[in-house]
Amino acid sequence: MIGLSHYLTVSAALFVLGVLGIFINRKNVIIILMSIELILLAVNINFVAFSAYLHQVHGQIFAMFVLTVAAGEAAIGLAILVIYFRNRGTIAVDDASVMKG
Amino acid sequence: MNPTFDSIRIAGPEAVLTAGALVTLMIGTFTGDRGLRALTYVAVLILAIAGFSLMQAPAGVTQYAFGDFYVADSFSSFLKVLIIGAAAASMLLALPYLGDARTGRFEYPVLLMLATLGMCMMVSANDLLSLYIGLELQSLAAYVLAAFHRGESRSSEAGLKYFVLGALASGILLYGVSLVYGFAGTTSFVGISNVVAAAPARSLGILFGLVFIISGLAFKISAVPFHMWTPDVYEGAPTPVAAFFSAAPKAAAMGLLVRVLVVGFGAMALDWQQIVIFLSIASMLLGAVGAIGQSNIKRLLAYSSIANVGFALVGLSAATPKGIEGLLFYLAVYLAMTLGSFLVLLQLRRADGGPVELMTDLSGLSKVRPGLAAAMAIFMFSLAGIPPLLGFWPKFAVFTAAVDAGLWPLAIIGVIASVIGAYYYLRLVKIMYFDEAGVAVISDGGRTNGALIAAAALFCSPIGMLAITPIVSAAGRAAAVVFQVAG
Repeated sequence: MIGLSHYLTVSAALFVLGVLGIFINRKNVIIILMSIELILLAVNINFVAFSAYLHQVHGQIFAMFVLTVAAGEAAIGLAILVIYFRNRGTIAVDDASVMKG
Repeated sequence: MNPTFDSIRIAGPEAVLTAGALVTLMIGTFTGDRGLRALTYVAVLILAIAGFSLMQAPAGVTQYAFGDFYVADSFSSFLKVLIIGAAAASMLLALPYLGDARTGRFEYPVLLMLATLGMCMMVSANDLLSLYIGLELQSLAAYVLAAFHRGESRSSEAGLKYFVLGALASGILLYGVSLVYGFAGTTSFVGISNVVAAAPARSLGILFGLVFIISGLAFKISAVPFHMWTPDVYEGAPTPVAAFFSAAPKAAAMGLLVRVLVVGFGAMALDWQQIVIFLSIASMLLGAVGAIGQSNIKRLLAYSSIANVGFALVGLSAATPKGIEGLLFYLAVYLAMTLGSFLVLLQLRRADGGPVELMTDLSGLSKVRPGLAAAMAIFMFSLAGIPPLLGFWPKFAVFTAAVDAGLWPLAIIGVIASVIGAYYYLRLVKIMYFDEAGVAVISDGGRTNGALIAAAALFCSPIGMLAITPIVSAAGRAAAVVFQVAG
């Protein structure tokens, strides 16, 4: 029987993969965008699993909102990425260092 | 009465901003970029109407709307006044800059208005869902604003960095929200506070969620260790946008943090206090030390904003009504100081046409433009917290609150950080007053900006002390409301 803890484990693993994907990845900004989607996916799995476990609908409604906002976020992220590519001609992460932090 | 109409009436400022943003967007699409100036005035007018509808709400009454997802009380009203004021100033101060930088796109006021709407939602959020929606509305508009100067590679890099780290922070916050939802069984702040207060032992799941939520919000207020984006984004973003970032979103996210922690997790104060104390100390120290080596004024102001967030968090660390009162007072004064400093920068232009960005560009300013140099000196002294100026009093208020709460070490570290920070503020004053004039600087800002600078300088000067009593009493009422709900 697959219970709540299995879902939570999968979602925690996905979340960690997403965060690591942002920090370890040195090649491509697109991969960062994919990692962000992975994080949001992990959150949604959490919400839906909790919602089913608690017999409530709140979590699923929240997941719908997250999906919608994630779509908007991806659109804006890609738009900014296109501008960046036009200016610099590359989308490698290491090159994003005109300003030093 | 129909509950939906009732809710919309209670959420008056948000309703006005929503309609206003859509209408200005529509007008802008027809007029194109030529209509920027007119649209900005329309947008400021709409903000004024939103502020007016804010005043229409009965004072001192807490009203809930949209099924308790939204709350309008003294706390949200206090912060909304700050947010709307800062947003209106950010629209007006951009006009001279946008006029000739080939970035005069009509979307600027529209995006600012959408961000303002998001911030108003944030401070009125009474549920984790409305918190998230408000936060995202503000952030998505802010990402675009950071990349607003789209022909310039620094601006698009700033936008990209802000987007990646901002989205990561949102993800972390959301993960925390999902954990809190799962372990508390509700997303409403009041519901969470009931669950937390009733639980016999501390739930590890809720604690984990709380830590994630604080991390996500700490990013939005750029508290150390989630500050890495701040200097880069401030440097890369167009100067009016940096001015906006340093002001309104800080106030909104800080208000959100206060409401979540005090109302939602009030019973876990001992747990979150430790985290907030750490954020506060780290921000004060890193903000003070990090700014020393900077030569770019925008980066300097970025580090200054990090340090100031640390000082404001001292008030939250106390977790008392007095501390929150100090925090709100701090935010009100900080907004005027930071907007004033950015206004002075925007008012100046190098003789070769480039924007003033390096500290050396300001050398000898007192001989060329004594008025602007005096205003900048007032802002710097005020940011450093030198007593007769207004900047001293909120610092004094938060440190007093910390000492009253028994947090002696925190107050002492705060004073030390304040002294270290004074070094770089005073260095700028020294460059303006005692160095030989270097690059010729001309001033071409409009009359509106001059008036805004004068108003901000007057507010930060000792004359501003007249404003202390009304601000503090309003902040006191606002702070009391938050604790009432929690208690």
